[in-house]
Amino acid sequence: MRWDFASVFDNTDALLVGAAGTLRIFAICLVLGLSLGLLVGLGRYSRNRWIHIPATIFVEFFRNTPVLVQILWFYFALPILLPFQISPLAAASLGISLNSAAFSAEIYRGGIQSIETGQWDGARALGMRWGQAMRRIILPQALKRMLPALTNRAIEIFKMSTLASAVAYVELLQQGKLIASLNYNPIEAYTAVAVIFFVFLWPLVQFSYFLERRLKRDE
Amino acid sequence: MTILNVTGLTKRFGATDVLRGIDLDVQRGERIAILGASGSGKSTLLRCLNFMERPGGGTIALDGQVLGREGKAGERVYREAELIQVRQRVGMVFQQFNLFPHMTAIGNVMEGLRTVRGMPKPEAEARARKELARVGLAEKAETYPAHLSGGQKQRVAIARALAMDPEMLLFDEPTSALDPELVGEVLNVILALAKEGRTMLLVTHELGFAYHVATRVIFLADGAIHEQGTPDEVLKNPKKERTRAFLASHKQFSF
Repeated sequence: MRWDFASVFDNTDALLVGAAGTLRIFAICLVLGLSLGLLVGLGRYSRNRWIHIPATIFVEFFRNTPVLVQILWFYFALPILLPFQISPLAAASLGISLNSAAFSAEIYRGGIQSIETGQWDGARALGMRWGQAMRRIILPQALKRMLPALTNRAIEIFKMSTLASAVAYVELLQQGKLIASLNYNPIEAYTAVAVIFFVFLWPLVQFSYFLERRLKRDE
Repeated sequence: MTILNVTGLTKRFGATDVLRGIDLDVQRGERIAILGASGSGKSTLLRCLNFMERPGGGTIALDGQVLGREGKAGERVYREAELIQVRQRVGMVFQQFNLFPHMTAIGNVMEGLRTVRGMPKPEAEARARKELARVGLAEKAETYPAHLSGGQKQRVAIARALAMDPEMLLFDEPTSALDPELVGEVLNVILALAKEGRTMLLVTHELGFAYHVATRVIFLADGAIHEQGTPDEVLKNPKKERTRAFLASHKQFSF
């Protein structure tokens, strides 16, 4: 067969629009997913069952249902239950963010629980409140241990953004599909999409390695 | 003048009674060494005094002020805010140091001043340097705990407790986790604090040190005070059989 990347390059502007869409949903889901995950993770760690039980239900529900189904559900089912339409971006962001929150909650919980109880003792003996000990003593140490797992989450979120194409949100895969169907060049179009993903993600991974090294200064 | 008054203190872990009614008065300036076999409840007693463990029963009064209030079933209920006040007044040094590994030595010493007291950074830093100098570690201020020896770590931990201006210090086996050659430097720091007239309670296995530094020695057995008195009385002329047996087992290999 003959490769026809020319027809892909002709559509560079469409791919740029797609890349912008991918970056936008990635940024939203990264911030929402990882910060909501922290809240849920702290909830899972809580001894108060009115916090613990809902957090656990949340985690189990979103961990054990497919993101794609969640996105489709938010897009098609939610507007039937609630009196407003929901945009493709909102539906996809909700699905991906809540799913990421559930997974990262487990990372946070495990990271926090891995810190020796002596650290809590040291903090409490100085007169710190729970929140102060968590913010100043426990989380900084836990984050360091969690960084590799959280990086994986970020990468996963980036790739999950392609699922937004299922509700016709304009992102890289959606634009790839468009180019492929207009020019009958699926191999080249999807190859280009894959290459663009790699170009975005590889530096992200390198950055996380750099962060890990920096955080090891105190060792 | 009594700083601490403990009456009928009990604590139980599961089905085990760790403390079975401890009565203890601590005067300002007293230095009390608490001895006892492992499992006698000495660490638990110490940890109850600054509420790292919640006492099961009995009362603790600091400066005449009985802590907590009576709950519905007659138990004592403590507010977290009250306990936080107590912990600032009663400093603690741990067997395992519990330094914060992500902070330098001076960062560790400043932490309570900054986070708990809200002291401005320059002021907290100056105070922390003073405390580090007091324990002989001024030149290690910027060093992370991972690069300090055990003895140095424990001295930083002592500086960290001192920075909060505690009225009383609790030492929970401060030298038990140290290599023998590092014990001396920590004991010297504690000795210097004793000479300043600080009030301290010290759980230790260093009988010789207890003899020299303590004003009173308490021997715990089965969660109760079995014998107490001056170091001479308890360590040289113990009256009770169990105290004698404990001391004998500790002196077995001395010469």
